[in-house]
Amino acid sequence: MKLSREEVLKIAELARIQLSDDEVEKFATELSTILDYVEQLNEVDTDAVPPTSQVTGLENRMREDEVTYQFSREDMLESAIETAEDHLKVKAVFSDEN
Amino acid sequence: MLHELRTQLDNKEVSSVELTQQYLQRIKERDEELNAYVLTTEGYALELAKQADAVIAEGEATTFTGIPYALKDVFCVEGIETTACSNILKGYVPPYTATSVERITGGVLLGKTNTDEFTMGASTETSAFGVTKNPYDTTRVAGGSSGGSAAAVAAELAPFAMGTDTGGSIRQPAAFCGVVGLRPTYGRVSRYGVVSMASSLDTIGPITATVHDMALVMKEISGQDDYDATTPDVPVENYVEKLDQPIDGMTIGIPKEYFEVEGLDVDMRKHIEGVIKEIEKLPVTIKEVSLPHTKYAIPTYYTIAPSEVSSNMSRYDGIKYGFRAHGVEDLMDIYKQSRAQGFGDEVKRRIMIGTHALSSGYYDAYYDKAMRVRTLIRQDFIDAYKEVDVLLAPVTPTTAFVVGEKANDPIQMYLEDVFLAPASLAGVPGLSVPCGKLNDLPVGIQIIGPQWSEGILLQLGQAIENIYN
Repeated sequence: MKLSREEVLKIAELARIQLSDDEVEKFATELSTILDYVEQLNEVDTDAVPPTSQVTGLENRMREDEVTYQFSREDMLESAIETAEDHLKVKAVFSDEN
Repeated sequence: MLHELRTQLDNKEVSSVELTQQYLQRIKERDEELNAYVLTTEGYALELAKQADAVIAEGEATTFTGIPYALKDVFCVEGIETTACSNILKGYVPPYTATSVERITGGVLLGKTNTDEFTMGASTETSAFGVTKNPYDTTRVAGGSSGGSAAAVAAELAPFAMGTDTGGSIRQPAAFCGVVGLRPTYGRVSRYGVVSMASSLDTIGPITATVHDMALVMKEISGQDDYDATTPDVPVENYVEKLDQPIDGMTIGIPKEYFEVEGLDVDMRKHIEGVIKEIEKLPVTIKEVSLPHTKYAIPTYYTIAPSEVSSNMSRYDGIKYGFRAHGVEDLMDIYKQSRAQGFGDEVKRRIMIGTHALSSGYYDAYYDKAMRVRTLIRQDFIDAYKEVDVLLAPVTPTTAFVVGEKANDPIQMYLEDVFLAPASLAGVPGLSVPCGKLNDLPVGIQIIGPQWSEGILLQLGQAIENIYN
């Protein structure tokens, strides 16, 4: 079943990716093909099968809550895109309407 | 090879600086054509080599002191640009170093190698730096996603290189380039400091020229790490010593479903059957086994992996580091435009498939369903290992394909993983070893074992290498 324009736009909105009109059309086709393909899993009866989310068998690994190393503010800001007065600079989060 | 380099360095037949210069020179001569490296770290390498020579002079050298190597461009090294071959990470310089890299103590980093963007692909064609060519035929791909590392080792542009394997990204390029590649047991090698793709499937492993080299590197990089909570406290075997043990009495399973796969090239099938006949001459028992859910591995993998991808990729938001779109209106626009301009198409496809598979109303039908089938695929392996010690299988359905041949057909590219995704989902190790050529192109055979069986895989791998050398 082919995803509609609206469905693709909804997915893109959730994924925070801006799509052009051409891309909406292109991804509608491609994503539908992939989803149709993976739907063959419906052939498998899994009613009595538990899900596997990890394979190590490990449960929570605890350690003492001690700081063993840390990054300096300077080092972390080194890779920042835009800074102002030792802070990351971003667009305003609140507008007058909020 | 690493063993010989160690001896030469320790005997002062060559210095690390000279060895490093030789490799840097080879990269200059050959890599314009191959595009295996996306960054060479010449100054840094020569500085490390100088330090290594001092350590060697003191008589303090250990396994890797002064030995050059390369890293897939998803391994963080403090102060060295790490991009995952994505525009969204260009310019990112990590403030820390991956555990696996720390464990290559004294090694000399030659540079970072090409990969599909965020390791999503099987040909390096989704890399923001362009495709890596196969050293055996430059009209063909080196495979992927660790194609740069495999091509570098094959063309002798590095003695060994590190890669990552989520759904086959070490084993497939190793086979295409005629080198040795190991996907270790999930949790055997720390993932700390390596850019994540799908966290329940990602593994770190070497690409080497010989099985002996593989044993050497694995011995050093394996084991529990406090910075990766998914590394269990399972003792690390001395893989090098293990190579000397006889394989007598080993029981090897041939999974029949792997040979019924549509798309397995007829000549490749014949070649692999010929290899199995050669292995039958060794003091081992060969036995057919069944892994009934094999055909569901690709749809399971391509539901679970994109779901985890969509979660892991959410950190690339144009805020803290990497790329930020210019001329945007507000915060939401920063996210949407930075990701639109920073990610390539394959990454966008996987993020959107995963977002859909995890979204309210679809979670049960896609993600939960795939996790249940994953249980069945894993059980197939557990059942098979009650009968046999290891499994033998093809690595790839064909030899290296021509650049562009599959680039516009996602499903065709996903089917590259048909023999590789099952072991990934089960969390078990797979070793790809060269086993001759087909029409002048390298072929690999895959040995798949139970969890933590790297030692046995290397033992059998050595026996196969002895046949084809």
